[in-house]
Amino acid sequence: MMETRSIMIVGVGGQGTLLASRVIGSVLLTGGYDVKVSEVHGMSQRGGSVVTYVRYGDKVASPIIEKGQADLIISFELLEAARWVSYLKKGGKIITNTQQIEPMPVITGAVKYPENIVENIKAAGVDITAADALSLAVEAGTPKAVNVVLMGMVSKTVSFDEQVWLDALKQCVPPKVLDVNLKAFELGRGIA
Amino acid sequence: MSKLMLGNMAVARGLYEAGVDVVSSYPGTPSTEITEFAAKYDEMHTEWAPNEKVACEAAIGASIAGTRAFCGMKHVGLNVAADPLFTVSYSGVNGGLVIGVADDPGMHSSQNEQDSRHYAIAAKVPLVEPADSAECLLYTKAAFELSEKFDTPVILRLTTRIAHSQSVVSESERIPHETGEYVKNSEKYVMMPANARPRHAAVEKRTEALREYAENCPFNRVEMGGTKIGIITSGIAYQYAKEAFGDEASYLKLGLINPLPEKLIKDFAAKVDKLYVVEELDDIIETHCRKIGLSPVGKELFTYIGEYSPVYLREKILGEKAEYTEYPENVPVRPPVMCAGCPHRGLFYILHKLGVTVSGDIGCYTLGAAAPLSAMDTTICMGASVSGLHGFNVARKGEFEGKAVAVIGDSTFIHSGITGLINIAYNASNSTVIVLDNSITGMTGHQNNPANGYNIKGDPASAVDIEAVCRAVGIDRVRVVDPNDLKATEEAVKEELAAKAPSVIITRRPCALLKSVKHKPSAVVDSDKCRSCKACMKIGCPAISMSTGKAKIDNTLCVGCGVCGGLCKFDAIKEGV
Ligand SMILES: Cc1ncc(C[n+]2csc(CCOP(=O)(O)OP(=O)(O)O)c2C)c(N)n1
Repeated sequence: MMETRSIMIVGVGGQGTLLASRVIGSVLLTGGYDVKVSEVHGMSQRGGSVVTYVRYGDKVASPIIEKGQADLIISFELLEAARWVSYLKKGGKIITNTQQIEPMPVITGAVKYPENIVENIKAAGVDITAADALSLAVEAGTPKAVNVVLMGMVSKTVSFDEQVWLDALKQCVPPKVLDVNLKAFELGRGIA
Repeated sequence: MSKLMLGNMAVARGLYEAGVDVVSSYPGTPSTEITEFAAKYDEMHTEWAPNEKVACEAAIGASIAGTRAFCGMKHVGLNVAADPLFTVSYSGVNGGLVIGVADDPGMHSSQNEQDSRHYAIAAKVPLVEPADSAECLLYTKAAFELSEKFDTPVILRLTTRIAHSQSVVSESERIPHETGEYVKNSEKYVMMPANARPRHAAVEKRTEALREYAENCPFNRVEMGGTKIGIITSGIAYQYAKEAFGDEASYLKLGLINPLPEKLIKDFAAKVDKLYVVEELDDIIETHCRKIGLSPVGKELFTYIGEYSPVYLREKILGEKAEYTEYPENVPVRPPVMCAGCPHRGLFYILHKLGVTVSGDIGCYTLGAAAPLSAMDTTICMGASVSGLHGFNVARKGEFEGKAVAVIGDSTFIHSGITGLINIAYNASNSTVIVLDNSITGMTGHQNNPANGYNIKGDPASAVDIEAVCRAVGIDRVRVVDPNDLKATEEAVKEELAAKAPSVIITRRPCALLKSVKHKPSAVVDSDKCRSCKACMKIGCPAISMSTGKAKIDNTLCVGCGVCGGLCKFDAIKEGV
């Protein structure tokens, strides 16, 4: 029996992490796995730290992921990568956007936004890929496509046929904005 | 066809397949999506009611009329709907009646973590609890069968991790439910003492029958594995236990939580060396076990507080610890905040500036309690801002009448603010109530409500005239301001606090996240003019920061509301183009 694998999607409420988890969920289901996705709705979606768990394998019981268990963390924001790195399992991987969104304690001046996050994570022996997904999304046509740029990056790690990803995107993205999103996906896929 | 579905979506699918005709609910995380998905099926009449009591009573009416009916709510919603629940338990049903309630262990989005299972016991109604989306669909359908078979309302209980997790579900066709005959039957449906006494006896008889049913209910199942550890569990806790112990342990997985079986549990207990009860929140199953003479390990080992997890269970039962490495430095917290452009911000800035005491309520505006706005003194439950302010003012003999206000959102005002306002008028306190009308139920993810002119499908609907309601209940001083106009807002608050009469201020501006709201270009900072005085930081806007020493506006977040510009004495913040 295949061991259940765990992917975490972390970010800031409003960044579109839910859409990403749905695309990944759909890709994995097409891949023939049992899948569970645990989402966060409600209060924290108002600009708080948000996390979505995706677990897949032959048969998945728990929908949640705990410290030391994630095979892959996809972080939509740099500080969130630092916050959740303890959830990574030994040998796990992080894909992170380098975009910085200041949380309220930083905005009010109570604390500073930490520096050298990518370096610190690397120094801890973690495999991390960092890219400016926001700029690529803007290049694709809208800053809102950050999530899809990251999906493009992930598509190289969680490898399935590219077509499976494209089909999942088509299922989850409104037709009006599909073209922009396909472009964002390709730009992301080009990095990893 | 197999699909990934949220637990809530699977419940909605279950309603559809069960042939339900009427769904009446009030939103509340984590239950909201049940009703939102239900509204996508045209075969069902689906609606947002003004509150849970109304929703539950509408569903009861539909059941008595002979159709299958459902109402959905979050755990605290059942407090509001408890009154009809306890008596519909006596009257029973005609068409099947299911009440869906979603608990929130861990309080991801709630003001408490009460355990709804107590209600099933107290009201003497059956309660079923699914453990994944497939069971959400299955149990929803079965709950209607149970309801009709035993002439009882049934509670379908979810928790956040079931309601908001997606797992694989296969759909089937809708089987329309034939509307039963409606025959006047006052002995069954008119619950006055002479009729209610025999109905109570009927309830006790029903519970006996249900107890017997519980022994063989297909939703209570034994899964034998290793017999050193035996676990009685249900819902999400079952999944955690399965993940933690797999075949190492044996499980009695309960789906029908009220009433609980006796023989089934005793038989299972006899087969295992050590018996554990694993249930989040209160000791409902454990207490039942003790009542029937067993001594399982339960809350002496596991907490009453928050959520469990597989690692938690292994740690408690086997003493194992998880291994991981923390980030080497402190990571600043990221609490939720009012969005950039939120129309609540201007009002809270003024309330903070004036230093008034704020009797608060529940909604996005509860975020006004957080720094730097810090303008809220109390939050108890929906509606308590208005009624609580009255009590506060009466108790302090007028001392606070000129320096305390209540704040309440439009949906919350309709839900349970109006009765409190009647009390202010009727029992004459000089209270000032502020209704924050952003034309939507914001916190729970944008549901239309009776004051915004649209129904659940987005079709135009009758809209409550909030000003007229306030006047009609006896408040003469009623005025409307735009909360983004700081000057007018400050004036209004000062004047109404000074007035020697009860008053209502309606701060009216639609939520900035509504699709119908056109955003202006992001504001820009002229850094030559910025003197770093931080006046603009006092509104706690997530788009403004000082990390470079001067004010900086994040153009991906700013929607050009202009509130910060009004605070800058040096004219450094300009409208964008
Ligand atoms: C009895 C009860 N039902 C439902 C909820 C969930 N809930 C929290 S706030 C809220 C309504 C918020 O809408 P509104 O008052 O319009 O304020 P907004 O969030 O739009 O600012 C709801 C439904 C609750 N906390 N209590």
